Amino acid sequence: MSLWRIAWRSLEQRGLASLLTTLSMALGVMMVVAVLSISGIVSASFRSNASLGYNMIVGAKGGKLQLTLNTVYYLSQPVENVPYDFFLEFFPQSVRDEQLKNSLRYQAFRARVEGLSVVNRTPPEALLGVTSPLVDAALEALTAQSLELGRDGKYSQFTSLAIPLCLGDYLGRFRVVGTTTDFFDQLTFGPENDRKYEFTAGRNFHPRDAEHGFFEAVLGAEVAREMGLQLGDTFASTHGDPEGAGHGRRFTVVGILKPSGTPNDRVAFVNMEGFYLMEDHAKPLEEPEQTADHAAHSETDQHAHSPAELPPLCNEQREVTAILVRTITPLVTPGLKNAINEGREAQAVLPVLEIYSLFESIVRPFQLLLLALTALICLVSGVSILVSIYNSMSDRRHEIAVMRALGANRTTVMTIILWESILLSLAGGALGWLAGHTLNWLASPRIEAQTGVTVRFWDLAPPLRDIEIWGLGPIMGWVSPEVLIIPALIVLAIAVGLLPAIAAYRTDVSKSLQDA
Amino acid sequence: MLQLTGITKSFREPNGHLLPILDVPHFTVAAGEQMVLLGRSGSGKTTLLHIIAGITRPDAGSVQFDNIDMTRLSEPGRDRLRAAKIGYVFQTFNLLPGFSALENVLLGMTFVQGRRDTVRARDLLERVGLRQRASHRPAALSVGEQQRVAVARALANRPRLLLADEPTANVDPGNQQTIVDLIRATCHDEGIALLLVTHAREVAQQFARVERLEEINRAVRGQHDPYPSSYDEDVSDQRSNV
Repeated sequence: MSLWRIAWRSLEQRGLASLLTTLSMALGVMMVVAVLSISGIVSASFRSNASLGYNMIVGAKGGKLQLTLNTVYYLSQPVENVPYDFFLEFFPQSVRDEQLKNSLRYQAFRARVEGLSVVNRTPPEALLGVTSPLVDAALEALTAQSLELGRDGKYSQFTSLAIPLCLGDYLGRFRVVGTTTDFFDQLTFGPENDRKYEFTAGRNFHPRDAEHGFFEAVLGAEVAREMGLQLGDTFASTHGDPEGAGHGRRFTVVGILKPSGTPNDRVAFVNMEGFYLMEDHAKPLEEPEQTADHAAHSETDQHAHSPAELPPLCNEQREVTAILVRTITPLVTPGLKNAINEGREAQAVLPVLEIYSLFESIVRPFQLLLLALTALICLVSGVSILVSIYNSMSDRRHEIAVMRALGANRTTVMTIILWESILLSLAGGALGWLAGHTLNWLASPRIEAQTGVTVRFWDLAPPLRDIEIWGLGPIMGWVSPEVLIIPALIVLAIAVGLLPAIAAYRTDVSKSLQDA
Repeated sequence: MLQLTGITKSFREPNGHLLPILDVPHFTVAAGEQMVLLGRSGSGKTTLLHIIAGITRPDAGSVQFDNIDMTRLSEPGRDRLRAAKIGYVFQTFNLLPGFSALENVLLGMTFVQGRRDTVRARDLLERVGLRQRASHRPAALSVGEQQRVAVARALANRPRLLLADEPTANVDPGNQQTIVDLIRATCHDEGIALLLVTHAREVAQQFARVERLEEINRAVRGQHDPYPSSYDEDVSDQRSNV
């Protein structure tokens, strides 16, 4: 008979105590496996969410992390907004000029030029760039009002994509985000940053739909599921917070996104133009603009029109919460960031850096703390093995003495006791590992829905990179920490088995035999 | 084969005094010899067996076993010698309760390197009439059967000497003779010397050589003798009939 078999028989002999000790160890290991898996899922999720399809966020000056959390994860509250004119600085002349035509200043300009054209019999557009004393005078006046037509946006030459986000409303507990069609047409996501947003049903919203006007919405998968909304349904968002007052205007659901595992699954996207036209979303005009013949829409004006007929809000009354910017090349990113940050209107942050900084400063220590706690639980389970074996020693001195009388030496009986400890640890470890992976497997549909990370039964937790534990950094960097559970359990088993093993070693054979 | 010379052993009492247990000037067992050591309770029988088995070290003297002085061996050395050359049958059988009869016999082989002979273990169980009960645990065996398993275990390593410490003391009268016969027959068949300790007259009477511990152990000589003088005559009479 091998020594481990003798140990196993002894454990069988104390069936209930052995089972309870094994279960205690199993619980500890299950928690370690669960924590390691969660840790891996969080890391994978962070890595996945760091592949955003854009490399810069521009928003109001304030906390960088808050801007990132607010924009990427839709957490926390936005501090301030940036003016719409600033947003237009990311576009080339053609787009910018077209957008600027929606401003009160442009309309004032048109009104004045039209007044001039009556005198000169010249089409108003032709007056732009035309030299004439009268036109010069008109343009001079407009320059004073900073219309700045006929030029590229300041940052446009560095920008390949700029998508606005407007936050502030809720649908149930979910954020409502106003944006443009580019969000789904242009952005990519996923670990390799190569996935495009797809629709389970419906389509992207139109810039201006013939039927719904600007009031179309695309729902994230979780929003549609939890709110029970389907294509064609309408909803009114609440203002300011989930418990806030509802807006009068209703958005029609025209698309539902496939689960992406990104925070966007938990967002109701609406056409930004519609978002602007909601009550209380228009920025109040300053006095000179109020007096102009502007197109700002009072509540009465808005309700006077059907949704499809409503004209867009003028630029002066618009703001954006954040701008998602993709630069033409990463080489220009630092320069663009500095240029924006040197200005007074906004700040630029690099979300990947912020996310990793957040991960390293908050999530990583938390992961380590959690890991340390679960390791402590394992240690406590280890102590329960010690107690279990040690308590059995008084009953087993006689058995040990018999084995010694049959020729077993002290080291042999010590080894048998250590085997008992190792077998209990390994049995508990195997049971705990299976339980931990069963938990992961059972939770995998929800994990995948929440984070986009797929977890299969046999998937091991990823290596804990950049963690330095007792000089194990290089090993932890390339091998799954779950692989280390087995040697760790054996070390623990030997450590906790040592005390009873020494007691076995020191058994007085003659006395124990005569005491029987 | 076995020669004890000048063996003494004392134990310290709770009051600090030394209590002499053994003082055996000379004692021998020849190879293949079968003998009985008679002694009353507390006469140092078990202590003497423990010293012969190398479990306990004497305070003084030497234990020569096959020309090896066991008292000069280290503890692991004595353990190895005991495992390989000395079988031990206990009064209380001392079978391990978690092991089957076969495993208990195999356990006797475990501590000798290279000896895990299941065939011999089964043969021994067959010899003691328990082949069909090889998989039974001690609790499922009768007292007599348990002692037979203990005998098989003691013989597992083909020892040179079998020490039997009152092997019939806990066995019902019907089984006592069976056990003694079994031990004697197997020792005879395998050429194993037998040193059987007992206080049962009927057992002692069957052996050609009977030693009284009170006579060879000076530490207890002169103390109350539980055996009347006629006992020696009875044993002699019986011996002449063996």
